[in-house]
Amino acid sequence: MEHTGTDTVKRGLAQMLKGGVIMDVVTPDQALIAQEAGAVAVMALERIPADIRTAGGVARMSSLELIQSIMDAVTIPVMAKVRIGHFAEAHVLQSIGIDYIDESEVLTPADDKYHIEKRPFTTPFVCGARDLGEALRRIAEGAAMIRSKGEAGSGNIVEAVRHMRAIGDAIRELSVAPKEELMARARELGAPLELVAQVARDGCLPVVLFCAGGVSTPADAALMMQLGAQGIFVGSGIFKSNNERLFAKAIVDATTHYEDPKIVAEACRSLGTSSAMPGLDVRKLPDSELLATRGN
Amino acid sequence: MADRVPAIGVLALQGDVEEHLVALRRAGAQAHAVKQRDQLDELDGLVIPGGESTTVMKLLQRFGLASPIVERVRAGLPLWGTCMGMIVASHDVADLKQPTLDVLDVTVRRNAFGRQNESAEVDLNVPAIGAKPFAAVFIRAPWVERVGPGVELLASREGHGVMVRQGNVLATSFHPELGGDTRIHEYFLSIVREALRIGKRSTAA
Repeated sequence: MEHTGTDTVKRGLAQMLKGGVIMDVVTPDQALIAQEAGAVAVMALERIPADIRTAGGVARMSSLELIQSIMDAVTIPVMAKVRIGHFAEAHVLQSIGIDYIDESEVLTPADDKYHIEKRPFTTPFVCGARDLGEALRRIAEGAAMIRSKGEAGSGNIVEAVRHMRAIGDAIRELSVAPKEELMARARELGAPLELVAQVARDGCLPVVLFCAGGVSTPADAALMMQLGAQGIFVGSGIFKSNNERLFAKAIVDATTHYEDPKIVAEACRSLGTSSAMPGLDVRKLPDSELLATRGN
Repeated sequence: MADRVPAIGVLALQGDVEEHLVALRRAGAQAHAVKQRDQLDELDGLVIPGGESTTVMKLLQRFGLASPIVERVRAGLPLWGTCMGMIVASHDVADLKQPTLDVLDVTVRRNAFGRQNESAEVDLNVPAIGAKPFAAVFIRAPWVERVGPGVELLASREGHGVMVRQGNVLATSFHPELGGDTRIHEYFLSIVREALRIGKRSTAA
C-alpha cells in the first residue's frame, strides 16, 4: 500500500522546512548562493517582487525553462508561484514535478473571486494570509502551508508584523473561547467550524506558518520568529541588498538562533557596511499598488 | 533499582523538532531541544530530526556542533537520524560531494524515491518492532545504497534499505515522528536504556 499526495505528506514537507529560510531566486546561480548560505528551499521566479513592482504590467507564472534550470541546479526543494485562481498554471507546475506551489498575490490574480481548489493536487500549496479567517479559508481549500502576506517587495516589515500578530492574537482568543461561541466565531472569521474548533483545541494552525513580505535584515527575521513564525520567506531582501552572500547567510543564522541576541548581533555585524535593500513607506503606496489586498 | 527516565535531545537547528519532542515524551522519555554545544553534555541520547541536510550540515559546522557530536557518538552516545538525520549521520552521499558526520557506515542516495510528488505513506514491515506493519511517511526520502560491515538492515522498501542500525546509531529514511505510532521511538529508547546499563556496569567495574 502506497499513498501519495495525502495531507500528511503535503503538510509534512512544510514541517521539514521549519526553522529555515526560503529564498526567492531568479537564476540557477542565485539558487546555488541560497543553498550555500543554508536556505532550506528556493522560490524560482523570473523577477523578485521589488522588480515586479517596478516593471508593472501583468506578472504570470515564470518560464518553465527557468524553473527547470533551477530545479536541476540545487538539491533543496524548489517552489514556484502561480496566479491566484489559475489552476491551469498549477497543473503545469505539478506536471514538471515542482515541490511546492505558491498561489501568490505577488503575481497578478487570474480570478478576482475564487482561489484554486487545492485538495485534488498531489503537489502541496502554500498561500498567503493577513488574518486567521483568510488562513483557514486557504487551508479549507487545501493549502498545506500558510505564510503571512506582509507587503512583498517593500523592504518594510510593518505589514508582516501586522499580519503575524493578527493571526497569533486570533488564535489566542479562540483558545480561551467557550465552546458555545465557536459557531459565531466561525461566522465572523468566515471559516469552517471544524477548522475553527481544531484551532481552538490545539492553539495553533493545523499547518506550518511562515512569515513573508518585507523581511530584509537578520533582525527582521529574528523579530518574526519571536512573533510566532515557524520560518521565513525572503524575497527581495537578499538579492536587492548590495551583498547577497552576506545577507543570505546572516538571515539564515539569525533565523536559526532567533532567541539568542548575541548570535543575531553577530549576524548583523557580519554584514559590515553592506546595506539592506531600500524600503518603501507602505502608507504612501496607492491602493492599486498594494499586493497584500489581492485575494481574500 | 528502577531505570531512570532517559534524557533525549533533539537537534534543533532546523526541521521537525517539536514532532520528535512530543513522540519521545509519549514514548516515556524526557525530551528537549538542543541548539548549543554545552547542551550535549547532559544527554543520554540524541535525535537528528527531519529537515534539509545541506542546511543542517552547514549549521552544524558553522556553530561548532559537528565535532562534539561525532566525539560523543563515537564514545557510545545513542543517535537516531530520521531522513535528513540519516543523511547527516551517513558515511557519504551517492553522487554528491556533501559533507556528513560519518558515524554510520552507509552510503545514502538523496531524494532517491523522487521529489515531493512521489512522497508517500507506505505500510512497512519492521520485524524489530513487531509483526504489525508500520505506517511510514516518506518525504523526498533517501535510501541506503551501501551498508558497511556491522550495519544491520532493519527494513526495506522496494528492495532498498530504509532503516538501519550500527550499534548505538539508528537511522530511518522515513518519519516515525509524523503520525501517532511511537514504536520506533520506543525501540530507540531501548537502545538508550541498553547504553545506560552498559555505562553503569563499566562505571561500577
